[in-house]
Amino acid sequence: MSSELRELYQEVILDHGRTPRNFHKPEGANHHANGHNPLCGDRVTVHLKLKDDKVEDVGFEGSGCAISMASTSLMTEVLKGKTVTEAHALFHRFHDLLTGSEDSAGDAAVDTDDFERLMVLAGVREYPMRVKCATLGWHTMEAAIGTEADKVSTE
Amino acid sequence: MNTLAPLAEARRESVFVPAFDAEAARRDFPILATPVIHGRAFLDSAASAQKPMQVIDAVRRCYEAEYANIHRGVYELSALATKNFEVARDKVRTFLNARESSEIIFVRGGTEGVNLVAYAYGDKFIGEGDEIILTYLEHHSNIVPWQLLAERVGAKIRPVPIDDAGELIMEEYEKLLGPRTKMVAVTHASNALGTLPPVKQMIEMAHAQGAVVLIDGAQGAPHLKVDVQDLDCDFYVFSGHKVYGPSGIGVLYGKKAHLLAMPPWQGGGDMIESVSFEKTTFAPPPNKFEAGTPHISGATGLAAAIDYVTKLGLDNIAAHEHALLEEATQRMRQIPGVRIYGEAKNKAAILSFMIDGAHPHDVGTIFDHHGVAVRAGHHCAQPVMERYGIPGTVRASFALYNTRHDVNLLIEAVDKVKEIFK
Ligand SMILES: Cc1ncc(COP(=O)(O)O)c(C=O)c1O
Repeated sequence: MSSELRELYQEVILDHGRTPRNFHKPEGANHHANGHNPLCGDRVTVHLKLKDDKVEDVGFEGSGCAISMASTSLMTEVLKGKTVTEAHALFHRFHDLLTGSEDSAGDAAVDTDDFERLMVLAGVREYPMRVKCATLGWHTMEAAIGTEADKVSTE
Repeated sequence: MNTLAPLAEARRESVFVPAFDAEAARRDFPILATPVIHGRAFLDSAASAQKPMQVIDAVRRCYEAEYANIHRGVYELSALATKNFEVARDKVRTFLNARESSEIIFVRGGTEGVNLVAYAYGDKFIGEGDEIILTYLEHHSNIVPWQLLAERVGAKIRPVPIDDAGELIMEEYEKLLGPRTKMVAVTHASNALGTLPPVKQMIEMAHAQGAVVLIDGAQGAPHLKVDVQDLDCDFYVFSGHKVYGPSGIGVLYGKKAHLLAMPPWQGGGDMIESVSFEKTTFAPPPNKFEAGTPHISGATGLAAAIDYVTKLGLDNIAAHEHALLEEATQRMRQIPGVRIYGEAKNKAAILSFMIDGAHPHDVGTIFDHHGVAVRAGHHCAQPVMERYGIPGTVRASFALYNTRHDVNLLIEAVDKVKEIFK
């Protein structure tokens, strides 16, 4: 197998693709969005529990290729506990990683450990056709943040 | 005297089976020798076929020596270009065995052909409460134009379901047909599963109810001998680029009576008899439906493509593709974890499948690495995918230039996927 292919389909990615983490709708989630890639049919719904501008919990549902499932799964792991600003910054760094641009390289808001976890997806850079797969969950997360929060139920 | 007969029989068999030489045909396709394809398996001709030198040369000759606008100039070059365009039309007529070349309308492709009929025929002859029968096998281009029509006029869409093998359920078709059926639009060959529906029988049944039938020949024309008179279809559409011709040119065949009764679709130059601000009268078909300057070199290229496949022999090509389909199918069946979608009795050379635990997109990427170009996804046929409850399939499609070497690469590529997605 070629090294590029091995780098794309690393064990971590295959693992997250097979058994995605946080694959559910978390209790108390108040922001939701659906993402769809009409080209390949991948669908994902991202649920966020935002409180005081902080991601208290995050989960997702849907179906797609190994790359999109793994990327969304890893996203939910690194986003927990982040502020909305930090989430945006992470996405920008991640996006640059996939497209090979360096715009936000020195972004201070990004935690190095988190970013290193996302580095397993760096192999996507060699496959421009697959960048959309790797960013579907992230775009959906951004859309979810932008939605109106669910009405708080007061029991 | 009887002793001679078996000998003659035997001789006839051995002499009259022209072996199709795919290796020789490959040399006609310059792109197969370029680094991006050489040594690799191009198995995506159902999306678009590669072009032989004969087509490339014809397009080149058109621009180098025989180009001017058609129908317009009084000078020799325009007359020559016009003649070539009409010769191309007549080649298409022969290819489809239409009665008259005025029944052949040049369009941009299959998609435009369906849209033309949905607008020009549909808006006039299909109304509120009428029904349009489609099938679960249809490509989006033979679904969406009818949905738009249904919305405009208040008609209903009735799809014919398929069984697990991918065959149309004919009892259901029979039940759906009725006095309200005004149009049946069905594919000649399914691009997602390969199924060849029994179109001739379906046309007969539709006509018995007074409905007209459009056949989407996008996947039929490249693999089947088409005889629109024998089929007795009312409309037939296909795309040049799938029969080894240029993209941007396609054909709508329509029975003359329909074409005469239909209003024009688009207005412009070349489709009129006379224009004044009080009243415009339209040219007879086909010009009535060919507003504006058409794809002149495209028609020339399509004619060359038709010459090319006719010379090789459509039956020979079909037999060759079938042998490859058979071999690939047999070998795929033996690989654990591979599931084939589309096991109809009569199939075009299309093999759709899934590999356990691997999404079609991932398979497509890994195949590409292994030098195998396939289509991965829903193939613009989402109703089929929903029918099977899958997001899509991997599709290998065979054309005249494919060989057993390509089948070998395909099978090896499946092993590579299984190595990664254990
Ligand atoms: C069965 C079928 N119908 C229609 C079409 C549309 O053809 P075109 O895109 O050339 O208009 C295709 C092409 O993908 C097809 O496979």
